[in-house]
Amino acid sequence: MKKLIVILLLAVTGYFLVDSFMDLGRTGPVVETGVKDFYLDKTVSELKVANTITSIVVNFRGFDTLGEVTVLFLAATALGGILYKRRHHVGERSVLFPSSPIVRAGSKLLFPAIVLLGVYVFIHGHLSPGGGFQGGTIIATGFLLMLLAYDNFSVSHNVLSFIESFAGIFFVLFGFAGMWAGGTFLENFLPVGTMNNLFSGGIIPIVYILVGFKVAAELTGLIYTVLHEKES
Amino acid sequence: MENQMFEILRYGIYGGSISLILIGLYAALTKRSLIKIVIGLSIVDGGIHLLLIAIGYVKNGTAPIFSPGFENAVDRMVDPVPQALVLTAIVIGFAVTAVALSLVIRLYRHHHTLEIDEIKNLKW
Repeated sequence: MKKLIVILLLAVTGYFLVDSFMDLGRTGPVVETGVKDFYLDKTVSELKVANTITSIVVNFRGFDTLGEVTVLFLAATALGGILYKRRHHVGERSVLFPSSPIVRAGSKLLFPAIVLLGVYVFIHGHLSPGGGFQGGTIIATGFLLMLLAYDNFSVSHNVLSFIESFAGIFFVLFGFAGMWAGGTFLENFLPVGTMNNLFSGGIIPIVYILVGFKVAAELTGLIYTVLHEKES
Repeated sequence: MENQMFEILRYGIYGGSISLILIGLYAALTKRSLIKIVIGLSIVDGGIHLLLIAIGYVKNGTAPIFSPGFENAVDRMVDPVPQALVLTAIVIGFAVTAVALSLVIRLYRHHHTLEIDEIKNLKW
């Protein structure tokens, strides 16, 4: 009975969704003119950043990204708060069973490469697909691999929270530096350089590198908290 | 022929993402296990992201990245705004999933079950 109601409800929702979306983009692009052209134009002419999405996320909507990073930070804090019991002993886990020597040797081999890839992705965030969030996530997967493979692999929560607060504070400071230089919050105040160079785009790569560090630290802390959760 | 392919692609992507949203909502509404409900919410997330990205698509489009060789391809570039929004939405969705799973762990620790039927306060 309840399933029938749910299916009926979803059928109505689905009908209206299909009805409103199927005619979109039948002739040409969905949005003919609009904010898209402004972004594509300004990205090249003013910011000299190759990746338009990076310029939107970090510069045009930089304040929004600050909020997003704050949400991530709040999620990590809430997770720690909800799962908190007492001080964990290092190396004690209930969630996982010991891993095989193959996994251990393989993850030791792969770990530096994964971290290097993550760093590459967030340093080149303004030139190629990628950026702080993606690179940070890749680094966190490397730490996840190490935590799964080694029983005694531990990351210090103090170091993680230091990196996190350092990156967050410098993000806000760069925002205020833009105001101090005579613009708005997170306004670009450094020389933009030439396009498609590694050192170009003013504060955009710097902010994205900070975001990368912050995301990597937060996700690693999150994984660590969940993996070291003990059964009561 | 090309137009036909484009139509099929469009129907496939829009239809697929809408059905993902519906499948996720169905799972979240009818399943009994808390983990399955969280999985359903994640599926809804994925469907919405796919739908948003699909809206920004331009026929024969390229990524909105001015890498060497693509400096003059502004007309063919897909809409970057939904992509930036989806980048935000993925992170928020991740945070929501993490907090939901931690609440599930907490409930399991308290009630020693994941079935919402056996947790008296969670029935509907």
